[in-house]
Amino acid sequence: MQYITTGLRGIIWRVAPVILFFALWEFAARFGRFSAVEIFPPFSTVLLEIIRLFNGGIMTRNITDTLIRVLSGLCIGVSGGIFVGIIMGWRRLIGRSLSPVISILYPIPALGWIPLMMLWIGINEMLPIAVITISSFFPVCYNTATGIRNVDPAMIRAAHILGASEMRILFRVTLPNAAPQIFSGLRLSSGMAWRTVLAAEMVAIPTGIGALIMKAESLVRVDIILSCLLVLSLFCLIFEKILNIWEKKWLGKWSRYA
Amino acid sequence: MPEIKLVNVSNHICREINLTIRDSEYFVIVGETGAGKTTLLNVVAGVTDHSGTVIFDNHEVNHLPPFKRGVGYLFQELALFPNYSVEANIAFGLRAQGYAKNMIKERVSSLMKMMRIDHIAGHYPNILSGGEKKRVALARSLAPSPKILLLDEPTSNLDAQTAKYLRGELHSLLKKMGITTLHVTHDLREAEEIADRIALISNGTIEQVASPDELFFNPVNSVVADFLGMPNILECRQTRSLTSGLVEILLEELKIIMPYDGKAIHKIAIPPDAVHVYTEPPVQPLLNSFIGIVEDIKQNNSMVKLRISVGKSSLISELPLSLFERKPVGKGAKIFGTIKIERLRYIASC
Repeated sequence: MQYITTGLRGIIWRVAPVILFFALWEFAARFGRFSAVEIFPPFSTVLLEIIRLFNGGIMTRNITDTLIRVLSGLCIGVSGGIFVGIIMGWRRLIGRSLSPVISILYPIPALGWIPLMMLWIGINEMLPIAVITISSFFPVCYNTATGIRNVDPAMIRAAHILGASEMRILFRVTLPNAAPQIFSGLRLSSGMAWRTVLAAEMVAIPTGIGALIMKAESLVRVDIILSCLLVLSLFCLIFEKILNIWEKKWLGKWSRYA
Repeated sequence: MPEIKLVNVSNHICREINLTIRDSEYFVIVGETGAGKTTLLNVVAGVTDHSGTVIFDNHEVNHLPPFKRGVGYLFQELALFPNYSVEANIAFGLRAQGYAKNMIKERVSSLMKMMRIDHIAGHYPNILSGGEKKRVALARSLAPSPKILLLDEPTSNLDAQTAKYLRGELHSLLKKMGITTLHVTHDLREAEEIADRIALISNGTIEQVASPDELFFNPVNSVVADFLGMPNILECRQTRSLTSGLVEILLEELKIIMPYDGKAIHKIAIPPDAVHVYTEPPVQPLLNSFIGIVEDIKQNNSMVKLRISVGKSSLISELPLSLFERKPVGKGAKIFGTIKIERLRYIASC
């Protein structure tokens, strides 16, 4: 009974602030000093607009375009990041040699890559994918390398003495124990991908959720802008949840993080 | 089981180590933290660089990788794989070395039974107690049937009771299996209790190799004597057999009653920390008690040493500074004491 009460209390503490936030938004927009439907629409109006945009197919079309770009860029960037991260973490010499290069490139903001990519790739479907690839590569690469380096060397020594091959140690001991940090990198990369796609679509691409925001801005449709931002944040949240579920499933019972 | 020989082994910690560990011997290396004990185990296991030669049964093994040396290693930090269950941890080495599935199953299940951990076969290391983790790690190191077992501080981080129990169990099990065992510890009591022979290592150099009795009565130099805590060595004047396997020993002015195995007793060694002292007389009579006068007090950061005269005899008592500070005594003070018999050693007359 106590567990049920504790669980219920946990849900209330998580949901209540969200409801309060939307209620305050609604109240401020309707009765506050800046209440004006055009520049600060209430939450209910934005919600209706979201439904209208989905019904009309506009939101579905644009979010699908964005989603495809995010998934493509993220897949390439994350695969490359994990691969390079494994090599950097596993082979200390390569890690030491590549670390300065990664340290130089990692802090460059995603927006900084867009002009360069526009010149190198051109303004086409590959542009946002390339920028997402670059921006999602670094966090996961860095975290994978660090995660592997942080695995207890005694564990690797033990596996070695027990007769495990290098590959067995890597896949059965090192990677599973570096997994919590790899997942941290994945979460960072996923967030980075969503931020980057929005920037790329706002600057250079005529389709997608970023482009829709820019069109709404030129028409002074604040309700559409807020609808897009809400849908975007919902998708970021879904990605985060999927990664959490995946992490729990993969790490199972043994991890203290699970 | 093999005899291990280290010939002129040196590296960044160890210097010119020459050591022979006999076939099926339970050999304990004792020394302070940083003395080079673990490094010596790593040399035998083949996981650290060194000069000199490591020989197993007259065959040089310097070129052999760790898993081909037939060595089992229980690490101080245990290094259990947190992503594997108890059963899978134990089976890890067997799987890595390509043993057949049914053989792995049989061996793992017999080891789990032997170590009495079969009830936690499916558990993961993160929920095991300290003692259970040690047993799992030990079973894992024994799984590939090693000829040599290296134990690095196997009872560290366990409460005194569990440590004592595990120590006894470990000793009898390994003796029964006849595995040549190299056990590393900083705890002299542990070494005394289980070793066939003890090597005392200090600053990367072996100071003395001897049986526990020999080490106690004949420390070869001041380093060994300091580590042993310079036991009180007293001449035995007279003994009188009592009933139930006990003997009363007259040591100059002291009378001590202790267990007896029938040999004539020549000298007796009393470790300073086995001499307990009190400022007040005991409420009821205690076995092996005495009344003495404090002759000298020496203290360092954590310990206090009292030299106490008991008639014409002199005894050194060592106690923690914190305990001394609770009821301090000065020179010339009358003091009451008892001698704990658990750690007494005697040398039989020829």
